[in-house]
Amino acid sequence: MGFIIADQLNKTYGTGDSAVPAVSEISFEVETGEFIAVMGESGAGKSTLLSIMGAMNTPTTGAYIVDDINVYRLSQDQRADFRREFLGFIFQSFHLVPYLNVIENVMLPLTTARLRRGKKRDMAMKALSSVDLESKAFRLPNQISGGEKERAAIARAIVNEPPILLADEPTGNLDSRNSRGVMRLLSRLNGQGMTVIMVTHSTDCAGYARRLLELSDGRLVSSAEPETTSRLRAVRVA
Amino acid sequence: MDIKDIAIKNLLRRKGKAAFILAGLVIGVATVVGVTTYIDTMTAEINDKLEKYGANILIVPKTDNLSLSYGGVTLGGVSFEMQEIQQVELESIQAIKNARNIAAVGPIVLGGVNSGTQRVLLAGVDFKVSGILKPWWKITGKYPDTNQVLLGADVARVLAVETGGEIEIDGHRMPVTGVLHPTGSQDDQLIFTNLGTAQVLLGKPGIVSMVEVAALCNACPITDMVQQLSAALPMAKVMAIQKVVKSRMETLGQFKQFSFGISAVIALVGGLVVLVTLMGSVRERRREIGIFRAIGFRKGHIMRIIFLEAGVVSLLAGIIGYGVGITAAALGFRFLGGHTGGVSLDPVLASSAVVMAVSVGLIASVYPAVMASRLDPNEALKAL
Repeated sequence: MGFIIADQLNKTYGTGDSAVPAVSEISFEVETGEFIAVMGESGAGKSTLLSIMGAMNTPTTGAYIVDDINVYRLSQDQRADFRREFLGFIFQSFHLVPYLNVIENVMLPLTTARLRRGKKRDMAMKALSSVDLESKAFRLPNQISGGEKERAAIARAIVNEPPILLADEPTGNLDSRNSRGVMRLLSRLNGQGMTVIMVTHSTDCAGYARRLLELSDGRLVSSAEPETTSRLRAVRVA
Repeated sequence: MDIKDIAIKNLLRRKGKAAFILAGLVIGVATVVGVTTYIDTMTAEINDKLEKYGANILIVPKTDNLSLSYGGVTLGGVSFEMQEIQQVELESIQAIKNARNIAAVGPIVLGGVNSGTQRVLLAGVDFKVSGILKPWWKITGKYPDTNQVLLGADVARVLAVETGGEIEIDGHRMPVTGVLHPTGSQDDQLIFTNLGTAQVLLGKPGIVSMVEVAALCNACPITDMVQQLSAALPMAKVMAIQKVVKSRMETLGQFKQFSFGISAVIALVGGLVVLVTLMGSVRERRREIGIFRAIGFRKGHIMRIIFLEAGVVSLLAGIIGYGVGITAAALGFRFLGGHTGGVSLDPVLASSAVVMAVSVGLIASVYPAVMASRLDPNEALKAL
């Protein structure tokens, strides 16, 4: 049994004649420590699938099971707890809270945890250190660059050391240099045992993944190692 | 960093909105405090004036005889076999528990006398307390001294005598020092003279027919005083003039109702300001709430943020509003007049103002908080 199981997931928006299927009959399993890239054309159902995996979008039918927890059988508050304990989110638009400085944004997932203030701060600094952003800890989001915002968002996603990292187009708003930096970071986190599931349009980014889930019209059309992965491995070896 | 920090930082960031909520509640609280202070102070002053507005307790002899009516109150049989009160017994009035609440004691001796061919009722009174017991009296002339008289308006008309004239009472010639303006009461048909003079003329030395008492009844129920006086004067019948008492209580009640009405309307307006502003704020913060929910905030955590924000602003509004309200009331008295004393700080009103502000703020934020907590994180993030 996989760590993550998507079983016959269907999601349809609207009802009757206006019903639009976003994902259809999607089933796959993910083992602990995998790095998965989800690709597909616009409207293929990538974001819907990611939101279902993020415990934020109840599928119309099907089951989503993580570590033997049937996620959509949980109450809304239990699902919030699940997100806090199991998931780290990296959004395309960073989604940093503008009136909190970088370290406060990173501490957000720890806000409701029963931890000492100092402990929370230490954990946030550790996360910032892992993305090489300690020096910007007390800057507001509008005082740092796009790449730094993305790294701050990653630090926030990993601060409570969740087993799963969900990334929605993490390099979508970054230049190529920053994109490479972010992807190396995700690879490093994956190397440390974190399961990473990333939606991307970029084949270069997908190349960092060990497995590619390709969607088309809401259906899973392939699940294989991306071509670029083997090429990159060759480069790394060289 | 905890939920409180998020609430405070959001307030500091959205200073304009926080200031708007603060201003709305401050205006509401200040108005309620101002109106309440103004009305309480004026009520106390009116009450003080009302308390001095004539007699509100009558002491009459106990009798089984037929009686005459005076001022709408049944008196003992003054013209027949009257059991009258000894004047010395009235000293016990000053010994009752609530003696300090007595503003004036006015003994009256009554009796029929002949003036020419007319049979007239003569009343001997203590003119020193007439200003308190009969503040509505207006006189052409002045109060009489020993062996002088003051005529009621009807008596003066019937006897065709004016101020400065003379009348004969049971063979005694007595100067008329003044004539009462018409009062519409039985006073118009009486001849008034000094208590001692009347007691001599009526042959009732040391005797009074009845006693009017003006009691300050704000701090003590008038019925208590009636009981105390009854115990002090067992031979007399003591009764409250209910009409006066009732009208005083009604006047005070109307002022209170007005105050409560104003307070309710203002509280409602303040609540609406909070509600509308917070709803706008929740709409603006959809993304932020979506982020909070996505990273594991429960509904209750989101509601707590909204309640904390509303609570902090409301608490400030309560404190500031009380200060502004008290200042406004003091300025109102200074510029509008009507009260000569200062406005005192009332800890009960101060704490009530704070409790009211916080309650209104929290109640008005329930709906926005529920709306915020129900935001679907997926929808909130997708809507960007």
